[in-house]
Amino acid sequence: MSCCAPGVESALDLGGSTANLPSSQEINLASRPLGDGIIQTDLSVPAVHCGACIQIVETALAGLERVESARVNLSTKRVSVRWRDGAVPPFVATLGRLGYDAHLYDPAADQRDETLSELIRAVAVAGFAAGNIMLLSVSVWSGAQGATRDLFHWVSALIAIPALAFAGGIFFRSAWTALRHGRMNMDVPIAVGVSLAYAMSLYETINHGDHAYFDASVSLLFFLLIGRTLDHVMRERARTAVKGLSRLAARGAAIVRGDGSRDYLPVEEIEPGMQVLVAAGERVPVDGRIVKGTSDLDCSLVSGESTPRNASIGQIVQAGILNLTGPLTIECTAAAKDSFLAEMVRLMEAAEGGRAKYRRIADRVSALYAPVVHLTAFATFLGWMAATGDWHRSITIAIAVLIITCPCALGLAVPIVQVVAARRLFENGIMVKDGSAMERLATIDIAAFDKTGTLTLGQPRLVNAPSIDPAMLAIAADMASNSRHPFSRAIAGFAGPGGQMKFDDVTEHPGFGIEAVAAGSTWRLGRRGWAGWKARTGGEGKHGFGGTVLAKNGMIVATFEFDDALRSDARTALVQLEDAGVSVEMLSGDTARACGQVARTLAIGNFVPCLLPSGKVERMEDLARAGHRVLMVGDGLNDTPALSAAHVSIAPATAADIGRSAADFVFLRESLLAIPFALDVSRKADRLIRQNVALAIIYNAIAVPVAILGHVTPLIAAAAMSISSLLVIANALRLHESVRRKRPSSDTLGSKAQPSAALS
Amino acid sequence: MTTLVYLIPVALFLGTLGLVGFLWALKSGQYEDLDGAAERILTDQEDKPAR
Repeated sequence: MSCCAPGVESALDLGGSTANLPSSQEINLASRPLGDGIIQTDLSVPAVHCGACIQIVETALAGLERVESARVNLSTKRVSVRWRDGAVPPFVATLGRLGYDAHLYDPAADQRDETLSELIRAVAVAGFAAGNIMLLSVSVWSGAQGATRDLFHWVSALIAIPALAFAGGIFFRSAWTALRHGRMNMDVPIAVGVSLAYAMSLYETINHGDHAYFDASVSLLFFLLIGRTLDHVMRERARTAVKGLSRLAARGAAIVRGDGSRDYLPVEEIEPGMQVLVAAGERVPVDGRIVKGTSDLDCSLVSGESTPRNASIGQIVQAGILNLTGPLTIECTAAAKDSFLAEMVRLMEAAEGGRAKYRRIADRVSALYAPVVHLTAFATFLGWMAATGDWHRSITIAIAVLIITCPCALGLAVPIVQVVAARRLFENGIMVKDGSAMERLATIDIAAFDKTGTLTLGQPRLVNAPSIDPAMLAIAADMASNSRHPFSRAIAGFAGPGGQMKFDDVTEHPGFGIEAVAAGSTWRLGRRGWAGWKARTGGEGKHGFGGTVLAKNGMIVATFEFDDALRSDARTALVQLEDAGVSVEMLSGDTARACGQVARTLAIGNFVPCLLPSGKVERMEDLARAGHRVLMVGDGLNDTPALSAAHVSIAPATAADIGRSAADFVFLRESLLAIPFALDVSRKADRLIRQNVALAIIYNAIAVPVAILGHVTPLIAAAAMSISSLLVIANALRLHESVRRKRPSSDTLGSKAQPSAALS
Repeated sequence: MTTLVYLIPVALFLGTLGLVGFLWALKSGQYEDLDGAAERILTDQEDKPAR
C-alpha cells in the first residue's frame, strides 16, 4: 500500500525491527474493561498517516474475531479497539502484517486533557461575551444617550458576569495562589485590573454614568485566554508526541516458578529471587544475574558502550539492557524500584536544581511590572485627590490607569513568540516541552554531547566492505539476514541481488554467531575463535579473539571490521554550533579509545571518556559553577541525570523513556542539524520576546501619561489595547519569515529512508 | 427603543445558540481528531462519530 508523505513519527523506528510482539497477558494488563464484557485496548500506531491508513487499519481490525469496533485517531496516531471478553484477538500481529508497528498504550497515561477543555470553554465564553459587549459598546460610543445607554450598560454588565466568573476564574485562581505564596505573577495585575474595572463600571451604570469599561475587562480576558490556550496547546502537543514514543519500558515479564510453571507479572511485582525469562529482542526488566542461556547484550542505553557485550551465565545485567540474540533466564537481584532505572530516576531528581532556579522572562518582567503599575495607579489617585478633592473622579482615573496598563500586550508578548517558534521547530521534527526551555537554550555557551546514540547512531557500520571479496560479502549478508545482532544487520545491508547460495540449515548460536550448511560445506559467521576453529593460532593476529569473521569449514575467508556509524551531519552540526559561539565537548561512558576515534573524526577538542552517570552530573555542576550555561545532548539511561542537571537538554527520539521525559527538547529525525536549528530559532525567539516586551513598555510609556492626566475614555482604552496586542502579534509572526529564509534545506533535515515509512 | 427590547434578546439568543453549539461539539468529542475527520470525508463507508 502506498501512503502520503511520512510524517515525523515514522522517523522513530530506528530500532523498530527489534520490537517484540506483546504477549496476550501483556495486552490484558494494558486493557481496561468497559462493562458488559467489552474490553478496550489502546494501541499506539505511529505509522498511520492518511485516510487510506485509517481504512486499512479499521477494516483489518474489525474483521478479527470478537472485535466489536476499532477506531483510529489520526491526530494522536492511536487506535482504540473494543473487543468481547475471551482470548485476546491478535491485533498487533495483524497490524504488523500490514506494515503498521503497533505498541501498547498505557491507559493510565491517557488522562483526558482537562486543562485544555477548560481553556477552550473559557475562550468560547469570553469570546461570546466580548463580541456582544463590544457591539453594545460601539453603539454607546456612536452616541447612544440616556435610557438607551443605560440599557446597553446593564445588558453588558449581565453578559460580563458569566464571562468573569467562568473565564476570569482561571486568572483569579492563579493570582490568588501566587499572592498566598508571597509571589507576584502576571495574573495579579490582570485580576486586580479586571475586577476593579468591572466594579467601577457597575457603579457608573447604577448612577447613570456615561463611561463603562465592561468591554475592556472582557476583551482583555479574551485576548489573554487566547495566548494562554495557544501556549497550552503547544506544550500538550509536544507532550503527547513524546508520550506516544514510550515503548521501551517493559510492562511486565514472564517469570518461571520453582515448579516450572510460567506466569506473567507486572514489573512492579517481580521480587528478588524470582527467575525471569528474557526473550531475544526484549529489554531486561529488572537488575539480575544470568542463570541460563547465552546471548549478546546491547548496553548502549545503559552504559554508553557501543559494542555489544557477550552474555554468559553468572553475569550481572542491569534493567534496560537489550537482549539481542538468545533467550536468557535471569535471577532477579533487585526489585524494580531498586533497579538501575529507578536509581537513575533518583539521581535525576537529586540533580534537578539549575533548571528549577531559572525564572522565565515573563515572570521576571511581571515581578517588576505589577508593583510599578499598582503604585502608579495609587499615586494617580492620591495626586487627583490632592488636586481636586473629588474622590469619585480620582478613583475613576486611577482605575483607567489600571485598565490601560493591564498587561494585555505583555501577556501575549511572550507566549505568542514561543508558540510561533515551537511550531517552526515542530515542523522540523523538534518537540519543545515548554517555553522556558527555549529561553534557556538561547543563553547556552557550552554544548556537551553524549557519544553512543547521540553523536553516533549506536548502530555498527561495516567499514572494510570494499576490501572484502564481493562473493564472500554476499554470502555473509545472506547468512546475516537471519539474525538481529547489530553486526549481522550491518552486514545484511550488503546483500547482493537475489540469493546466490542456497543454505540448507541456518542456526544462530547466541553469543557466538550464525552457522549455515550449503553444498556440503559449513559456513560460520561470527566470533573469530568460534568460526575459524582451524585457524586458531594464525588468525587471531591483530584483531584478537573478538573480531568478526566469515569461515568456510573452519578456514577464515573474510574479516569484518565495524565502526559505530556517526549520525548524519554530525560534523556540520558541530561546526554550526561553534560558529554560533558555543563550545562543544563530549562526555561518554565508553572507552577512551572509542571516544578518541569519534572525537578525531568530528574534530572535538574536549572529551571525557569512561564517565559514570554521576560523573556526568558532576561535570554539569562543575561547568555551572564556573558560570557556564550548558546544553546537554544525550540519549542513554546513563545520561538522564545529566540531562536534568544541565541548564537545558536535548534528546533524540531514540533515547530511553526517562531520558526523553527529562529532556526539554526531543528531536525526531536522524540529523543532528536539529540542534543548531533549535538554537537558532530559540535565539531569534529570544530577541523577538525582548522586542515585544520593549514594545509593550513603549506603549505604556505613551498611554500611561494620557491616562494619568484623565483623558482616557473606554473607546481610547479599547483601541489602545487592541492596537498594542496586534502590534505584538505581528512582530511575533516575523519569526516565521526570518527562520524560513534561513532554515536548513529540507533534504538535510527531512530526508530519512525509514523502513516503517516505506511500508506504510 | 421598542425595537431594541426584542432585538437585543434575539441577538443574544442567537449568540448563545452558537456558543452552546460549540460547547456541545467540544464535549461530544468532535474536536478530538481533527486530522482524522479531514481524511474520513474521503472514505465511502457509513460512519458515525465515536461515542
